[in-house]
Amino acid sequence: MATPQVQETQQTGTGKAVVNDFSMTVATKNGSGSQTSNLTLLRALFKMGIPVSGKNLFPSNIQGLPTWYTIRLSKKGYLARRAEHEIVVAMNEDTFVEDLASVAPGGAFYYGDHLKFEVNRTDISVYSFPAKKFAKESTAPATLRDYVANMAYVGVLAHMLDIDMSKIREALDYHFDGKEKPIAINMGVIEAAYEWAKTSLTKTDPFRVEPMDETQGFIMADGNTAGALGSIFGGVQFMAWYPITPASSLAEGVSQNIAKFRDKEGHDGKTYGIVQAEDELAAIGMAVGAGWSGLRSLTSTSGPGISLMTEFVGLAAYAEIPVVIWDIQRVGPSTGLPTRTSQGDIISTYFLGHGDTKHIMLLPGSASECFEFGWKSFDIAERMQTPVFVMSDLDLGMNTWMTKPFEYPNVPMDRGKILWEEDLEKLSDWQRYKDVDGDGIPYRTVPGNKHPRSAWFARGTGHNDNAKYSERSEDWEKNMARLKHKFETASSYMPKPEITGSGNKVGIISYGSTDAAILEARDYLAENGLETDYLRLRAVPFTSEVKDFIDKHERVYVVEMNRDGQMNMILRLEYPEHTMKLISLAKHDGMPLTANWVKEAVELQEK
Amino acid sequence: MPNVQLNLVGLSKNDYRGAPTTLCAGCGHNSISNQIIAAAYELNVVPEDVIKLSGIGCSSKSPAYFLNRSFGFNSLHGRMPSVATGAMFGDHRMRALAVSGDGDTTNIGMGQFKHIMRRNVPMVYIVENNGVYGLTKGQFSATAEKGLRLKYQGLNPFTPVDVVEEAMASGATFVARSFAGDANQVKALIKAALSHNGLAILDIISPCVTFNNEDDSRHSYGWGREHQEPLHDFTFVPREQEIQLGEFPEGTTKTVTMHDGATIVLKKLDREHDPTSRSAAMKLIEAARTEAVLLTGLIYVEPNLPSLTDVAELSATRPLNRMTEADLRPDKSMIEKANAMMF
Repeated sequence: MATPQVQETQQTGTGKAVVNDFSMTVATKNGSGSQTSNLTLLRALFKMGIPVSGKNLFPSNIQGLPTWYTIRLSKKGYLARRAEHEIVVAMNEDTFVEDLASVAPGGAFYYGDHLKFEVNRTDISVYSFPAKKFAKESTAPATLRDYVANMAYVGVLAHMLDIDMSKIREALDYHFDGKEKPIAINMGVIEAAYEWAKTSLTKTDPFRVEPMDETQGFIMADGNTAGALGSIFGGVQFMAWYPITPASSLAEGVSQNIAKFRDKEGHDGKTYGIVQAEDELAAIGMAVGAGWSGLRSLTSTSGPGISLMTEFVGLAAYAEIPVVIWDIQRVGPSTGLPTRTSQGDIISTYFLGHGDTKHIMLLPGSASECFEFGWKSFDIAERMQTPVFVMSDLDLGMNTWMTKPFEYPNVPMDRGKILWEEDLEKLSDWQRYKDVDGDGIPYRTVPGNKHPRSAWFARGTGHNDNAKYSERSEDWEKNMARLKHKFETASSYMPKPEITGSGNKVGIISYGSTDAAILEARDYLAENGLETDYLRLRAVPFTSEVKDFIDKHERVYVVEMNRDGQMNMILRLEYPEHTMKLISLAKHDGMPLTANWVKEAVELQEK
Repeated sequence: MPNVQLNLVGLSKNDYRGAPTTLCAGCGHNSISNQIIAAAYELNVVPEDVIKLSGIGCSSKSPAYFLNRSFGFNSLHGRMPSVATGAMFGDHRMRALAVSGDGDTTNIGMGQFKHIMRRNVPMVYIVENNGVYGLTKGQFSATAEKGLRLKYQGLNPFTPVDVVEEAMASGATFVARSFAGDANQVKALIKAALSHNGLAILDIISPCVTFNNEDDSRHSYGWGREHQEPLHDFTFVPREQEIQLGEFPEGTTKTVTMHDGATIVLKKLDREHDPTSRSAAMKLIEAARTEAVLLTGLIYVEPNLPSLTDVAELSATRPLNRMTEADLRPDKSMIEKANAMMF
């Protein structure tokens, strides 16, 4: 399959059984229904207690183009993608040749016998199976046969790898929400294939699975659904959005689930409004309008949408209106590689707007953290009265991760410095943009407040403390200085970085979905004698821990998924005295980061 | 104590005013602002119950000049409709009153204009329509008539956009047109619009006193330069008289000479027109186009369709922005449900 061309070390191919430690890939066609089969495998393994991660590598296409699903099993709990695959299942004639070539030496290759190709490798085990037979013989209606046909490889693998059939049943039960008919049809195909494999295939490869107890206390979730649920627990009141891959499932996650969690007794109407806008310009405009009117307001998009939102984000920052914007990053400008992952919007989002602007960015590193930042982002936006970006990416947002369960918000909602009628009544003087507390954050009122002194005029033009139009230079400078001070204040409200290890000379800084690869790479580096400390950024602006971390290390590698080392640039801007210490390790191939790439990139520098 | 006339909510007309205008003397927009003030006063609207919105441009400065006690948002060029849409969710019991221009609405903002019509956001949307860009000094807008000649632009070769036709095509539920100088009609239409549950679009022809470029005209740049007086710190404008129509009975036509010497023919709808008939409205608009007259009056109204906030099924008694953590955050036990949803 099409994977990055990094040579990675092989850890298999001996005669010994390899248990719960390999990577397998299924090659199918987009739209062929393979996702159900792949998720069934993934979930069954997870229920067997084996740490697993699943990644869908899909094209920007509805039906017919090649797509791959990789499942990694790691008894040590590593969740990052691996570039090599010990087991490959070929179901797509278009990629058969490269799929065959991609099997690691000593690995196993499974293919549907409808694919008429010569298999000329002798260094791997090869198994052919009647991929269509079981569906044809099943109770599936003719229209669904092509879809359930993919269950054949689930059954074959279940036998060949020793996957617990009762866990497969559990996975199907979840997938079809307990609906007996589809469960029975799919289970029928799986069982038939299982029985066939039992009598027809002789196992010659070492790969198999065994139950473990390593997934207890974890859930499987994708970042977008987690972010959606987090937003619901954060009290989202308004969402406007426009469809874009890979962000749509976050907005859809809010729409589909909010009523389940939020319709309470005693409400005579909804507690939220949702609008699918006509474009991103309108989506952010609506979200800003709602933020201005006092609502916890949300939109979700990806890089191209963010650029369309630029003017409004600048206005919202300047007029000091809270709004939360999720950026599920993908590769490239415009369409780019719309279904590939990236951390390429860091610089453009940090400075999004015109004139002197900087924005708060939250950097979730796991699905459970997407949930956490789902609610926390509203607290920060309202406290700081400004747009808050949550910088996720396609890998984190759309793939299925083993993650910690979601935790109920551990603090009450922070609505920030908002004044209602009774508050204004107590104040002899109130000015919208006056820095009363010395933290740069003014007090605000929102439409609907009936106090005669409540109203103010939101605008993008220059204004004084009183929100009155002003082109006076001193008013402009004073206001801009306060906004800068407010941004400095923001750092004390940011989630602190996660730091592991101490006392080593070499440090690693990373963020977002790269976390899994870094954790694994540090183990490999340590095995080779290089102990490292690790700081995972969770927000920009940086908290003091970031500078302390850099201070304490001789060299700090900044690992990220873009070409130019964008977070490294921001770190250098913030800590110019440490420019020489900060070494950028950046990868931008659109694929989830691998531990071996990180390990080799660090070792290359450390030689 | 001076004898000040108070309305039923105990406010004087002064309570409905805004900041002093910075628009050109004689600008039709100021006349419209005055009628907004009068209409709100006479309808006993409480200013705190209104949000006022605009985009960018001369017209969009207007909300600063009326209803000082209302929340205002001077947003982005062409994108007031989206801000208004989101803002109406905060406290949907409020009224929204938005002012836009022809450039703001029919050029950069055409998309949002059309979509706010089809969503039937409950608000009054006034287009102060003069066919030119004022703040950038006299370029054609999309409503400029074909054949219009402007000094720096030359001849406009393109068919104009008709705000009323666009609104009708987009499913607007209240469509009216007027002329800024017809104070009584403007006020009456604003009052009717404020009472409409849904989007009320008012296309008000509001002549630009400044960009009147016929060199041989009394209203030319040349003339203006000699008679200018500074009203604002970045432009100079000539002193002009606002065009006033005086008495203008229903069913009649009136020819109006604009500041550049051009003439337009206004035709006031007569009593026999049934504004609830969509087909009648469409026929009238098409006939007016053929006759080259601008129809004024209430052209179409559909009073019984649900507005956006009706469709959104918000609480009748409690606005979203008064809701608290107890309303908004799921109970603690619900976290188990969230985790159980995962695998």
